[in-house]
Amino acid sequence: MNKDISLVVNGEARYINVPADKTLLDMIREDLNLKGTKKGCDAGDCGACTVLLDAEPVNSCLVLAVEAANKEVTTIEGLAKGGELHPIQAAFIKHGAVQCGFCTPGMVLAAKAILDKNPNPSVEEIKEGIAGNFCRCTGYKKIVDAVLASGRNIQG
Amino acid sequence: MSENTNANKDYAVIGKSVPRIDGREKVTGAAKYTGDLSFPNMLYGKILTSPYAHARIISIDTVEAEKLPGVKAVITHKDVPTLKYGISPARWDENIFCIDKVRFVGDKVAAVACIDEKTCYEAMKLIKVEYEVLPAALDFLTAMDEGQPQVHDEYPNNINTEIHQEFGDVEQAFKDAHYVRTDRFLGQRTYHSPIEPHSAISMWQDGKLTIYSSTQSPHYFQHYIAREFDMKMGDVRVLKTYVGGGFGGKLEPTGLEFAGAVLARITGRPVKMFYDRHEMFAHNRGRHAQYMEITTGVDKDGKILGCHANFKMDGGAYTSLGIASAYYAGALLPLTYEFDNYKFDMFRVYTNLPACGAQRGHGAPQPKYAFECHLDEIAKDLGIDPIEIRIRNARRPNTVTPNEFGVNSCEIKSCLEMARDMSGWVEKKGKLPKGRGIGVATGSFVSGAGYPIYRTNLPHAAAMIKVAEDGTAATLYTGAVDIGQGSDTVLSQMAAEAMGFVYEQMKIVAADTETTPHDFGAYASRQTLMSGAAVKQAGEEIKAQLLDMAAVILQRDPSDLEVKAGVIYSRTDSSVTLSFADAAKEFFVRRGPLVGKGSYAPPKLGGKFKGAAVGTSPAYSFCAQISEVQIDEETGVIDVLDVWDVHDCGMVINPGLLHGQVHGALYMGLGESIWEQVLFDKNGKLVNGNLGEYRLPTALDMPRVHSGLIDSYEPAGPWGVKEVGEGSTNPTMGCFANAIYDAMGVRINSLPLTYEKVWKALKEKRELEQKQNK
Ligand code: FES
Ligand code: FES
Repeated sequence: MNKDISLVVNGEARYINVPADKTLLDMIREDLNLKGTKKGCDAGDCGACTVLLDAEPVNSCLVLAVEAANKEVTTIEGLAKGGELHPIQAAFIKHGAVQCGFCTPGMVLAAKAILDKNPNPSVEEIKEGIAGNFCRCTGYKKIVDAVLASGRNIQG
Repeated sequence: MSENTNANKDYAVIGKSVPRIDGREKVTGAAKYTGDLSFPNMLYGKILTSPYAHARIISIDTVEAEKLPGVKAVITHKDVPTLKYGISPARWDENIFCIDKVRFVGDKVAAVACIDEKTCYEAMKLIKVEYEVLPAALDFLTAMDEGQPQVHDEYPNNINTEIHQEFGDVEQAFKDAHYVRTDRFLGQRTYHSPIEPHSAISMWQDGKLTIYSSTQSPHYFQHYIAREFDMKMGDVRVLKTYVGGGFGGKLEPTGLEFAGAVLARITGRPVKMFYDRHEMFAHNRGRHAQYMEITTGVDKDGKILGCHANFKMDGGAYTSLGIASAYYAGALLPLTYEFDNYKFDMFRVYTNLPACGAQRGHGAPQPKYAFECHLDEIAKDLGIDPIEIRIRNARRPNTVTPNEFGVNSCEIKSCLEMARDMSGWVEKKGKLPKGRGIGVATGSFVSGAGYPIYRTNLPHAAAMIKVAEDGTAATLYTGAVDIGQGSDTVLSQMAAEAMGFVYEQMKIVAADTETTPHDFGAYASRQTLMSGAAVKQAGEEIKAQLLDMAAVILQRDPSDLEVKAGVIYSRTDSSVTLSFADAAKEFFVRRGPLVGKGSYAPPKLGGKFKGAAVGTSPAYSFCAQISEVQIDEETGVIDVLDVWDVHDCGMVINPGLLHGQVHGALYMGLGESIWEQVLFDKNGKLVNGNLGEYRLPTALDMPRVHSGLIDSYEPAGPWGVKEVGEGSTNPTMGCFANAIYDAMGVRINSLPLTYEKVWKALKEKRELEQKQNK
């Protein structure tokens, strides 16, 4: 059974007809063609599919698309504005927090969720905030460094 | 210290932590991985696998599946070539689909192509396979015994690989020794767990096949696909997009390419095949479980006189890269310490479990764990400090191992000393409060394999550079494969340095068998040295042509000219300059495209004995690690506090990327040390085939990591480079085991060093002490 839903994706209003059992992740990747959101496990383990749903980080593979009705979704494609990188994205590059990049979109959004709530988090708070996002490449050190630095940056 | 001919050189591009060339695409989500691609009319494909560890296939009925709307093709062994394959030519033992029997839970039986993923899963349920279940060989320690189920009829007693090597006279060394000790250890199965699942998209046009694949080596895929389908290599194109991590697991064909190619041919449409997370675990090819018995004889100062390594490995159902893993396990052991007498025995055994292969540090980390624990035991028995015994035995530069590997640069002694100083070892060792401990271990790894996986006289790496017509940009074409480690960035830096150009104007086209020159790909930590050597040559060819042109324009002798960071200048007259771009543009106008090419083949390496090739390399990296842990006596919980890694990896092209490699290698080593383990039930079914229960470490599990570098120069590498990406995984497990011993006085002889094992060992120790006190 399909349902019509309306939602805001990266600031734009979208109207979509989706099967009731389709995940938000599949809707983002297949219907919205936003391939920056990754599927690493489809089981809520890896965090590669992290998006912000009304500013809260969620594993989009665990959320049904219809649950996003009348809500605001932010994916990685929604962060850079007019070709200008978001400070977190810039910090990820500067601090070498990216290797293969497969965890990066989810990691950047998880970082955004941390910093939106607390612009000056401690190392422990950052680690806790990204504990649901696996990275197999970096050992997390440079990711934590990047989030720490962008916290300071955003604050000015 | 070896002579560092880089010391006084002033490089414009290399040696600097420039940002990754692909950073922007990756942080914006624009980077496309194979699973992100789609093509018009594309179908989705899946492979049906065996639910039994060992069973005879009685019949396969695909009729119902074919009738399901949306199903476009169903194939079994009848529809595909029956030629056996495998990445290792010494033992081809896999079929695209099983013919007579299945050999592990996850063995490939059939495949479907459908209009969407959902239909694939429904169609697979409708394929009826009738099996006669057979007894299975699940324990590699007994699989060689008489009367055990046979995994392959062709390989009696389930022996896949048997190695017996002896160098020098180990018996005599033990007789001469002041002290001889034997220890036994067990290493577990682990899995690479890249965050990107494997996928492959196959399509045909005019009898030619194109495959997009998440692969570490387009070349080997192309070679084996052409062989399997009896095609010319020129008719097979394999290319990668971005690859979301490999760690060894994406080096060999996965079956997705073979099945996808056939499905695409039958349907006449592109077919995207993929493994879901559970299927990745089932396909596996991760680190072997390994039993390791080591005997070593030392003199009264702790100097190693001889060593016997007697190992057995769980190969799983197929060879995969396992012959190399088996040889590597013993071959790399004598690298960090100098001794003349060495004996290595190994059996790699078939079992009815997923096949094991190459994982970061290939074959070496577990033997290193065993040896480093063993060496600490010897040091304790002789009353020698663990760092001291390692320094006494440390390999020196320009030496040859007993198994005939030539080592040029080697700063293992300096690595140990620096790690000792950084960690505060002297102040801490023996003085830490109860429950806290510090441990040390060393490691070494190849900088590229001396010989390719199959026999060929192709060079190991090749590169091409084309300067844009107006001279303002240049494109590097390389077959090298960036799987996240950053080779695209490092090779672009090297190209710019060699040409006298700037990194910011470099572009790269990589890892496409059609548009880029041949390279064997990302494995054995080979690309910075080998691909880098080819790139340097290509860049120097550009530079020579450019300066020749500039000499004409400036009317000077070419030998008076030099180019650096985009500016040509006279060595003798500082008023004479010309931009790289102007000279390059003029070159194009007068002489046509400005291109340079290069290739690299290592010299002939190694001895003449059986298996002599495995472990040879133009250069070896060395490192020392120290870790500090805190153990909770009540629960056995291990808190890893700090790790210090000091590396001798030659000239460093990009320090930022290099430290990132060390962190990542340490992370993997840490996971394998304490938590990670692939587990099966008594029927050979995976019990933890997901990232949560497999227990990948999270950010919260990571210690503070301190990585240091020793200044060194490797004469065999371009600009003196050698490897880093895998070497740091080698010492980690031994390092933690030694720190745990230091903290609590218990030796954990099997990996992973779980909280439970520590708790149990502590309990046993207490009980023993109580008994003795009575
Ligand atoms: S894909 Fe959603 S958590 Fe892994
Ligand atoms: S950068 Fe590869 S998984 Fe994080």
